[in-house]
Amino acid sequence: MNKLFNSIVIVLLVILIAGIGYAQTPQQKNIILATTTSTQDSGLLDELIPVFEKKTGYFVKTIAVGSGQAMKMGQKGEADVLLVHSPDAEIKFVAENYGVNRRLVMHNDFIILGMAADSAKIKGTKSAGDAFKKIAAAGSLFISRGDKSGTHAKEMKIWNGVGINPEGQKWYQQTGLGMGNTLGVAAEKKGYTLADRGTYLAMKKNLGLDILVEGDAALLNIYHIIEVNPAKWPKVNAAGSKAFADFMVAPETQAVIKTFGVDKFGSPLFFPDAGKRVDDLGK
Amino acid sequence: MELFLDGIKKALELIFSFDPEVLGITFLSLKISGTATLISMFIGMSIGVAVALNNFFGKRLIISLINTGMGLPPVVVGLFVTIMLWRNGPFGFMEILYTPTAMIIAQAIIATPIVMGITLAAIQHLPENLRLQILSLGATRLQMVWLLIKEARLPLLAAVMAGFGGVISEVGASIMVGGNIKGYSRVLTTATVMETGKGNFDTAIALGIILLILAFTVNAILTSIQQKQRPR
Repeated sequence: MNKLFNSIVIVLLVILIAGIGYAQTPQQKNIILATTTSTQDSGLLDELIPVFEKKTGYFVKTIAVGSGQAMKMGQKGEADVLLVHSPDAEIKFVAENYGVNRRLVMHNDFIILGMAADSAKIKGTKSAGDAFKKIAAAGSLFISRGDKSGTHAKEMKIWNGVGINPEGQKWYQQTGLGMGNTLGVAAEKKGYTLADRGTYLAMKKNLGLDILVEGDAALLNIYHIIEVNPAKWPKVNAAGSKAFADFMVAPETQAVIKTFGVDKFGSPLFFPDAGKRVDDLGK
Repeated sequence: MELFLDGIKKALELIFSFDPEVLGITFLSLKISGTATLISMFIGMSIGVAVALNNFFGKRLIISLINTGMGLPPVVVGLFVTIMLWRNGPFGFMEILYTPTAMIIAQAIIATPIVMGITLAAIQHLPENLRLQILSLGATRLQMVWLLIKEARLPLLAAVMAGFGGVISEVGASIMVGGNIKGYSRVLTTATVMETGKGNFDTAIALGIILLILAFTVNAILTSIQQKQRPR
């Protein structure tokens, strides 16, 4: 019995060591990029990251989560660089010294979607706040992400702006899912929802949801890149995160962003903004 | 319904065009879940046999724990392994979060109790007299264990199949500890979740079909081993 046990232990150790060995890439070659589902689901990162990896030799591990979770990962030092779209939370993140060197990368916009029948009659409404008020007044079903993502943060900001607390209301449902899934739920339940234009364009063919409200400055969807503060977390790959952040705002990358999606969707999914001021966007 | 046909068409397309990305994802699924099953086989069977053959204080409690472990929720395992492997967590120095290795560890944790529980039941199910007879014929304890394992090989292979089935189809832990990184830690289940999120339902269905084919192939091979020279 002892012999059997010993041999089993030895075999297991060999497997474990071999297993750890083969995945062990040289340290500090890895960059953990925590980002939003929208940048991954749109396919933009699949286009950009191989270019970066080829150029620099770094290996980027893209972890697609909501902006809220991405910043939580940054706060814990579990990510090196963040590409997120939740400006208020980002400003707080940097003010609390968790992140440094926050730079504007690109924007697109949010749109309010719903069925063509439009039971709350919001189509053509100029302001997002007014549209939300009408939805609340009509008691029409609204599908929220409810996952602390950038999109959810934007939605809550609009509700707050018009003094409505939708939580707990009969007509208000939270999916807790990513953008793509939430669009699916909204289409299935014939509800209204707030979405980023990129994901909507990418998924449009299967949905049957129409754009009802767009163009309000309050609906801008702005992406920043933030390097996690290496002074706070010594294990952060500072050189790698800086290299990646620099890459995202470099002219060549910005040129790719500018045309990304045109061939497939007829219009670009993102507008490059490196070096601009947030206040000038959408003008 | 049309979507299903699209999915089947897409699956055939992806399989027969030998799409390198899909091939890579399929092989990675097989490699990760296969390795995890192997590890769980060693740990699960050895502990399962040991618990079955020995009498000790608290044996029933241990068996209850193992049986509960058979239903271990993968997301809970994923969460636990993630926290352990965080850079600033207890095993952070290993730097293996978001790697295939982390996925193997999580899947091995999921599969081990399954293999252990079925092994335990299989060995306990063997008639008590068989052990005594083997020993009385002069076998050493090690030889006895080996003969018992051979005697119980039908349920033991079922244990391996159950363990493999549990991890190849698992998504919660894999996406958490692996991160679904393209060309690196993306497996069939996590890719299916992602494609569903993107609204590419045909690709998602296609990946699902490939997953089923893979699971079927592996189980068919194991079954043929299991049923070979079956007594009676």
